[in-house]
Amino acid sequence: MSGSLYERIGGEPAVDAAVDLFYRKVLSDPSISHFFDTTDMDAQRNKQKAFLTMVFGGPNAYDGKDLRAAHAGLVSRGLNETHFGAVAGHLQATLQELGVAEDLTAEVMGIAASTQDDVLNR
Amino acid sequence: MSSVAAELAPTPTRRLRFAGVEYEVLPTETVLDALLRHGLDVPYSCRKGVCQSCMMRATDGAVPAMAQHGLKDTLRDHGCFLSCLCRPKDDLDLVAPDDELAFVRATVARVERMSPAVARVRLTPAEPFEYHAGQFVSLRRSDGLIRSYSLASVPRLDDHLEIHVKRLSCGEMSSWVFDRLQPGETVDLAGPNGTGYYLPGRPDQPLLLIGNGTGLAPLIGIAHDALAEGHSGPIDLYHGTRHGEGLYLHRDLTELAERHDNFRYHPCLSGPARMKGCRPGRAEEMAFADHAALDGHRVFLCGYPPMVEAAKKAAYLAGARLDDIHADPFELRELRRVPRD
Ligand SMILES: Cc1cc2nc3c(=O)[nH]c(=O)nc-3n(C[C@H](O)[C@H](O)[C@H](O)COP(=O)(O)OP(=O)(O)OC[C@H]3O[C@@H](n4cnc5c(N)ncnc54)[C@H](O)[C@@H]3O)c2cc1C
Ligand code: HEM
Repeated sequence: MSGSLYERIGGEPAVDAAVDLFYRKVLSDPSISHFFDTTDMDAQRNKQKAFLTMVFGGPNAYDGKDLRAAHAGLVSRGLNETHFGAVAGHLQATLQELGVAEDLTAEVMGIAASTQDDVLNR
Repeated sequence: MSSVAAELAPTPTRRLRFAGVEYEVLPTETVLDALLRHGLDVPYSCRKGVCQSCMMRATDGAVPAMAQHGLKDTLRDHGCFLSCLCRPKDDLDLVAPDDELAFVRATVARVERMSPAVARVRLTPAEPFEYHAGQFVSLRRSDGLIRSYSLASVPRLDDHLEIHVKRLSCGEMSSWVFDRLQPGETVDLAGPNGTGYYLPGRPDQPLLLIGNGTGLAPLIGIAHDALAEGHSGPIDLYHGTRHGEGLYLHRDLTELAERHDNFRYHPCLSGPARMKGCRPGRAEEMAFADHAALDGHRVFLCGYPPMVEAAKKAAYLAGARLDDIHADPFELRELRRVPRD
């Protein structure tokens, strides 16, 4: 199939469909919800949109340095591989619920995995 | 750098010119912080970008977009911004927002006590005042004190603007309104502000309205508005207070529920006293116990800020879309010199 991953997966509408499912899972998971628990839920959801756009291979303004900066505070609050795995799991479950094809899901998970060192500030 | 990171990056020291005097804004400060640190007596209340009391206008220099959050286009176009949100990137020349731009004179038509602590105030604006039930206005006293109050009236049903003011024992504005304000006196109104109002177009959508204290004011406006629009979906209104006397519209709401099959009124008492027809417990707890799944609902939350924040999250987790959740925390004046968060 042709086109970028972002186009094949459905572009911004796909991100919009995924963001509430994903953010709800993250907030309901007591092992990681404390990282996302803020009074400004709208701003937080927009950041989850930025996250999804990025792992869907879409246009985004983040490079490795930005990812490090965005998560540095969380790492100092204990963010580790286990948390990373939990987020990846919720991402995968979200894609499954939306019926995203397996090969596309694999590509998304590949992009997510490639960011681990930057996210964990290794 | 991402736009979020750019907005949060520390800014170098900037200068403000206000009433002919120059002031420094430190990199960590907002415009409001700086003016207060220099001892100026400028109006403000919540310091969280909600109440809009601290609005100013820049006559020179650009203000960051996030400092204009929630303002009407006409105000933005004139350079108005919220000084509590503004970390300036430029030097700014400031003035108080022009009266003719931001304020409308209103005459007090009537003041009634609806409970030992809640007054209903009806106001007649000197000019046509366009609003939706459920929005809020900033009310300014002649000495410049400003506070926000939600609109309980509905434009096509009511001739006056109606607000409900809860008296706080040491509250400057609320005790003045409750104890002293008389018909015939005038105040100034700015606004309306806020996006929590009824939107026609989905007449069968279930509406869930949860408020405590005078958080009832915008909710009853929204309920009347929806019913007058012919809303056919269920409308559930939960009103919470500690004591029975706080259910200050018990009779009106009971009657409204008798007249409309799709409107239900759920009075809730969180204190120890029990009253016939009232649920024991907090309004939001009762509401979420009755409505476990909120997919497709529109949710309105008003009143005590911790209740509103917690209920917003609970409503979201129960399936409501964030765009369908309207939260109006009744933020009180921030008394700390450096606000938390
Ligand atoms: C968007 C919005 C909508 C609002 N809508 C309404 C409305 O419809 N109706 C309404 O009544 N209010 C509403 N409020 C709150 C209102 O704007 C004022 O904050 C409130 O009336 C108190 O103002 P005040 O000048 O009387 O008190 P202030 O003089 O500002 O005093 C408040 C401060 O004093 C403390 N305080 C003093 N007395 C008490 C007390 N008895 N109990 C607890 N704390 C106390 C508080 O901690 C607070 O910091 C709204 C606020 C916002 C932001
Ligand atoms: C899978 C790889 C990940 C990627 C690609 C990623 C990407 C992003 C992006 C792009 C942002 C927005 C940054 C901004 O605009 O400020 C963000 C913010 C955030 N991320 Fe991640 N993230 C990842 C993993 C995680 C993990 C594992 C956690 C915690 C369990 C996490 C928690 C957060 C939080 C809490 C924020 C918001 C921070 C704030 O409020 O400023 N992220 N992430």
